[in-house]
Amino acid sequence: MNLPRTNALEAVLRPLGQLLLFVTGSSVAVSLVVIAAAYLLRGTRTDMDLVQITYVLLPQVLIDGITLGFVYATIALGYTMVYGVLEFINFAHGEIFMFGAFAGVEILIFMRLRGMLTDIGDITALAYVVLAVLTGMVVSGLLAVSVERVAYRPLRGSPRLIPLISAIGVSFFLQDTMRFLQSSINGDFYRSFPTFGPFTQRFTLFTVDLDGRALDVAIQYKAIIMIVVALMMLVGLNYLVNATKVGKAIRAVAQDQRTAGLMGINVNAIIAITFLVGGALGGAAGALFAFRFTRVDPFVGFLPGLKAFTAAVLGGIGNITGAMLGGIVLGLLESFAASYLSIFTRGAFGAEYKDIFAFAILIAILIFKPSGLLGQTVGQKA
Amino acid sequence: MSALLELREVHTYYGQIHALKGISLEVNQGEIVTLIGSNGAGKSTTLRTISGILHPRRGEVLLQGKPMTNIPPHKVVEAGIGHVPEGRGVFPRLTVLENLEMGAYLLRDKHEIARRMENVFTLFPRLRERVRQPGGTLSGGEQQMLAIGRALMQQPRIMLLDEPSMGLAPLLVEEIFNIIRRLNQEQGTTILLVEQNAQAALQVANRAYVLETGRISISGTADELLHDSRIIEAYLGL
Repeated sequence: MNLPRTNALEAVLRPLGQLLLFVTGSSVAVSLVVIAAAYLLRGTRTDMDLVQITYVLLPQVLIDGITLGFVYATIALGYTMVYGVLEFINFAHGEIFMFGAFAGVEILIFMRLRGMLTDIGDITALAYVVLAVLTGMVVSGLLAVSVERVAYRPLRGSPRLIPLISAIGVSFFLQDTMRFLQSSINGDFYRSFPTFGPFTQRFTLFTVDLDGRALDVAIQYKAIIMIVVALMMLVGLNYLVNATKVGKAIRAVAQDQRTAGLMGINVNAIIAITFLVGGALGGAAGALFAFRFTRVDPFVGFLPGLKAFTAAVLGGIGNITGAMLGGIVLGLLESFAASYLSIFTRGAFGAEYKDIFAFAILIAILIFKPSGLLGQTVGQKA
Repeated sequence: MSALLELREVHTYYGQIHALKGISLEVNQGEIVTLIGSNGAGKSTTLRTISGILHPRRGEVLLQGKPMTNIPPHKVVEAGIGHVPEGRGVFPRLTVLENLEMGAYLLRDKHEIARRMENVFTLFPRLRERVRQPGGTLSGGEQQMLAIGRALMQQPRIMLLDEPSMGLAPLLVEEIFNIIRRLNQEQGTTILLVEQNAQAALQVANRAYVLETGRISISGTADELLHDSRIIEAYLGL
């Protein structure tokens, strides 16, 4: 007899389609808002044409926003997976991300000291970036599992506030551990992602004509790599959760822990796997973050962690599709705010106010739609 | 002959509350044994103690003479005890197919999984029509069939059924008890059945135990109990 199977192809194509929809949908929405604002505020400035400037900046702002959005989405999945299974917010996730960032940087610094980063071809350089991401995944995944074992599992069954406090404690502990390690070994507590390869080169998408001047709209190879790697993480996670036996077990544990045990599922092992997967995603995002922004320090996980948490809440905490949507929306908003805020307000609000948007969204969502844009949980098929 | 499942002087606590006060019972291979009693007598607690969700503070649970005490639920399942929990425990957002696959979680052999699933569909044709539907969208009766079918995927040596008739319409209750009889007769499944519907349970069972506030007060063959004046007065309401 022919049983309907969860189709592997479907499990890959579906999240890709959703992501495409989210990216184009939110890009168009945010762009329209900004363009409308530009027309409205046109009269306020005589020194430049706001509308024209808006159009000129738009492609680059979109690319930056989408890149950032994919990173936020990847981190947000870690929050959402753990929340879906345990209804617990792992506030140490930002620090797990930070360890991934350091791990990626450290392995490349180690290789640079051995001269492995000089005179290498493009493909090798790309392979090294992938290696850094994989290192981040392994370190962060294992760290997340250890944190769960030591700081959360013994508290399971206690009132909900208790593990939350424990998570905040772990967060400080990990920050200071990394600071201690870095300052005692390297004398300084920040590190920089080594420069190598052709990643800062730009790939010209198209050229716009602006009053006779030709203006290139270009995308850095770096951004392309980041988007592709993050995309693979997101699709891979969807595949894992929807089409594999372990993924089904994760969903079963998320829906009904006790009954899952009666199916012969080792609930503790599944929870550990959930932390492993969520941590690995955080580590990958950390390494990508270091790749993009170069400098990492022990506190680098705090803001991205909070923002990714906001993204998870925005999409509906516990919902995998929601985390991807929330991440992309948040990345775009931040990128738009950073570029347009000061132009539109005549410099009254600079790019440094961009974070207001993330947290204003967090508050608004918690007040008006606490279940998030998409609601539901990890138990749900993404 | 040693019993398939045996409880010896089992004491289980919820925190300070002494829920089971020395339960001893036996289920032999091929039997349907029912455990009846009113709300809060400790019926579900007994099943949860057997399947490792709860651990007894004193006493022993033995499966074919092998102690099952203090091992986690997923190991108890591995040993061959299937538990259909109170309220069915269908995973609401997994499809019927995925629910059944979870029943066969410990099994690797794909052909064997397919064979068992076919068996479940033969027993419950309605589940076959609904394979793609999320468990939570099924009717109460269908959910109970799914929960039983899912336990059958484990091919347990003994199946624990916790109030399978709860919340079902009378016609469905009858259907569920027919299924229990068929499971026992056609599939040779040994069953420990917990019920509030004493009448129906005694009609389907070989033997019965009556549980009162954590203790077994009466036991005997189902026929004896059906005609016992104490049972008639307290549980059959005739």
